[in-house]
Parts: sequence; C-alpha cells; structure tokens
Amino acid sequence: MLARAIDQLVRREGPRVLAGLIRWSGDFDLAEEAFQAACTQALESWPRRGLPDRPGGWLTTVARRRAVDLLRRRRPDVPLEGPLAEALAAEGGGPVEAPPEVEDDRLRLLFTVCHPALAPAAQIALALRTLCGLTTQEIARAHLEPEATTAQRLVRAKRKIADARIPFQVPAADRLAERLEGVLSTIYLVFNEGFSATGGESWIRPDLCAEAIRLGRLVVELLPGEAEAEGLLALMLLHDARRPARTAADGALVPLEEQDRRRWSPELIAEGTLVLDRAVARASPGPYQLQAAIAALHARAARPEDTDWPQIAALYGALLRHSPGPIVELNAAVAVAMAHGPEAGLAWMERLDRSGELAGYHLLPAAQADLLRRLGRADEARAAYARALELVRHPAERRFLERRLAELG
Amino acid sequence: MQYIVLIYGSEKGWSSMSKPQVEQMYAEYRQYSHDLGAAGVLRGGSELKPTSAATTVRLRGGKRQVTDGPFAETKEQLGGYYLIEVPDLESALDWAARCPSARDGSIEVRPLAQMAEG
Repeated sequence: MLARAIDQLVRREGPRVLAGLIRWSGDFDLAEEAFQAACTQALESWPRRGLPDRPGGWLTTVARRRAVDLLRRRRPDVPLEGPLAEALAAEGGGPVEAPPEVEDDRLRLLFTVCHPALAPAAQIALALRTLCGLTTQEIARAHLEPEATTAQRLVRAKRKIADARIPFQVPAADRLAERLEGVLSTIYLVFNEGFSATGGESWIRPDLCAEAIRLGRLVVELLPGEAEAEGLLALMLLHDARRPARTAADGALVPLEEQDRRRWSPELIAEGTLVLDRAVARASPGPYQLQAAIAALHARAARPEDTDWPQIAALYGALLRHSPGPIVELNAAVAVAMAHGPEAGLAWMERLDRSGELAGYHLLPAAQADLLRRLGRADEARAAYARALELVRHPAERRFLERRLAELG
Repeated sequence: MQYIVLIYGSEKGWSSMSKPQVEQMYAEYRQYSHDLGAAGVLRGGSELKPTSAATTVRLRGGKRQVTDGPFAETKEQLGGYYLIEVPDLESALDWAARCPSARDGSIEVRPLAQMAEG
C-alpha cells in the first residue's frame, strides 16, 4: 500500500526532478541514471523514515550526489567542471536540502525530446520515458515491439542529443511557433497510436491515450495562451470521451452512428468543450481547433440524426484550407454526403479515387461502400466492401467491414 | 562545437542557370560567407568543382582501385561546405537554414568528432 503511494508520488514528481537534473548536469544519460538511483533509494528509505517534506527536493538532492559519484567513477582522471564541481565542493554530507526549482525545466525537456533532429519514433519514446515516467518495458509493450528495440531507440536518441549537442532549451520566440507545431504533432501521434492502434488485436490502447492527454495538459500548463495547444488537448479529450462506446464486446469497431451515446463520458466532453471555448476565444484558429470543433459537434448530438452535418462540412472546408491533404478530403466528402446527400459525397470520392492519392487506403472504398449502401446500390456496395477488405489490416476493422458486407445479403 | 555544413544540390540545376542567375547566387554566397565571418563563427569552407572532376580511390587487398566520379551517384551532389563553430545544434541549424542553397537543395549539418577533449 505504502509502496504504491510512494511509487505514485515518484511518478508525479519525477518529470520535474529529472528535467531539473538534466539542466543542472547538462548530461541526459547521467541525469537519468542518477534519477533512477534516487528513486530506488526513495523506495527503500521512505517506508522506514517517513516521507520527506518536499519529496521532489529530496529526490533532486540525492540524485545530484549520485551523479557526482557516477561521474567520478566513470572518469576518475578528469577533474569535474561547472555545476558538478560546485556540487562536489558543497557536498558536506549535511542535511538533504531542496535546491531551488526552475519552473520551465519541464518545458525545456519537452522541446528537447521533441526536437525535429530526432526521429519521430525516438521523440515519442523519449517523451514517454522522461515526461510521463514510463519504463522502457511499458513503452515497448505499448508499441508492441521487443523491449530491446525500445531500449536501443532510447540509447540512440540520447547519443544524438549529446553528439550533435541538441541544446536543453526552449526555442527562441521567432522559432517557437514552428517548434511547438512539432511538439503538438508528436503528442498527437502518441494519442493516435493509442486510439486507433495499428497493430495487435486490441483496437484501442487507453494507456497511450492517457499519456498523450497528460502531455497535452502539460503543454497547456507550461505555455498558457497557445490556442493550438488548447485545441489539441480539447481534441484528445473529446475523442477520448467516446472511447467506451467505440468497441463492441467482441472487439469489433463500432461506427459513430451506431455507438451507444449514453456511454460517452460527460465529464470529458464538458472539459473538452471548455478547453476548446477558451482556445477559440483567442481568435487564432488552426487545424487542431477545427478538428476539436468537429468532435464537439458530434459530442453535442444526443442522437446521430441530431448531428449538425452542414456545420461539420463547413468546418472540414476550413480544415482543408489549413492543412490540405487527401485524408482530410475524404473526411470532408463524408461530411458533405451526410449534409447534402450521398451523391455529392460519392462524386468527390470518385475524384479522389481517380487521383490515386489514396491508393491502398482501405477507408476510401469503405466510405464509398457505405454511401452506396445508403443509396440502395447493393451490388456496387458489395464490390466496394470487397475492395476495402482486400486492403484492411486491423482485425477489429476487418470484422466491422465483414459484418456490413454480410448485412447486404 | 564545430559543425560541418555540407551543401547538396543538383548540378544539373546549376548548369542550367542563366548568367544573371549564377551571378545572383554567387552574390548571395558572398554575403552569406561575409555574415558567417562577421559573426565570428566561420572556420573554413569552399565551393567544390563539379562531380565530373571527382576521382574515387579505394585500397583493396593492398591494391589501389581508382575510379572516375564521386563515390556514389545521387540526385543531389555535394557542391561545397562550410566549417563553423557555434554553441549547439540549434545555432548550427539557424546558420544552415540561411545558406542560399537551403531553398532548393539540402544542407546536412554534422558535428565534428572532437579528438580528446580539453
């Protein structure tokens, strides 16, 4: 019981402590190793001696001592420099004192681990490891890859940070918007990996969704006033609200219009809507806010037939202007079909099909099949479902498409 | 920290440029080199002759193999480099992004391996 409480406390304080250690030592690897050692020590010491007044400060001080030890052992021949040398000089075995915290350390860490000079998969692994406190094993499990692969990815990323000297800093004001875009897209990748898992039997991996939302909250907290950061958080909350209704008992995907809307989370919808309203009030629109606004309109409809499709189609139009692309077009075509009749949507989808931009993407024939089904053109619908089934990979989606095909008789 | 800024671009693109375009490009490079120098970060660099002037040598089993051309045929070719000394990757990328060829070519930034520190 106590061990669990301590574990939670360490997880909560961890990212802040680790971020501070990285800034202090200028050495990602060393900071992490020392931090792990301090956590282990906390688990041993706290149950016996009771919780310190400021657990974060305790962890920091113990980790700093540990870092100095480690460095001495690693390079006994090299005299210490900078803050590490000062720490060594000050080390008198006195009481464990809490050093001052620099509030934006976690923000520096966020921008460092999401630096575009690191591969996206490495950014994700590093963010989960350092800012969410996940273990290598947990990250590997979430991405369905062998633990050794994740460990290797983390080692390589840390080596690149050190070798190329990626600075531990918040980007300058003129570069902030561009870099924030990268940070948000990394967080959204984590969320999507959790929300529509591409591998494995389970359609949704809620642990990754929760971690992405946690990161989204962190950005909003650390960079107040950024409308798109709020837009992303709202988008994730509103999507996550539908999670309980998205999967049937047999694991099959349940499409939006068939979901039991009573199972949507009213708390998450309320929070997502609130965050979105705050973002929109800043009058600085962007793709995440537009997608969140679309999700909010779905969330607001008590029954599928109450959905404000004309408004959703208009929002997709705006989204296309912000971030054009064939997948957004496909979604816009679906909205147009729902707002103005299946024929209008079908015509758009046929243009997309001819362009070849979505060749191999199962959701295009699946969407065409759905509209053909609504129009009662059963033969064409069957052919389109068959094409979608040739391309679909995830078992949960496959079961859904097979069911639809079977319903056509 | 020293970084090498490797400038890759299409040689075909260069040779198909008009004379005023070439002059304009050189003027931009002179300005860029001047800016690097004025900021105190320039440690060296040069434009390279085209890959048609390149020769590649390998020693295999103690025997020299000399071949015409660059070591690999690529769509974009190494056309020049700068050696700069800046605090970190962020500043190196800032400088690389200002290189005139960043607009149509690719600039690779790599830290130099430091021989024994200190």
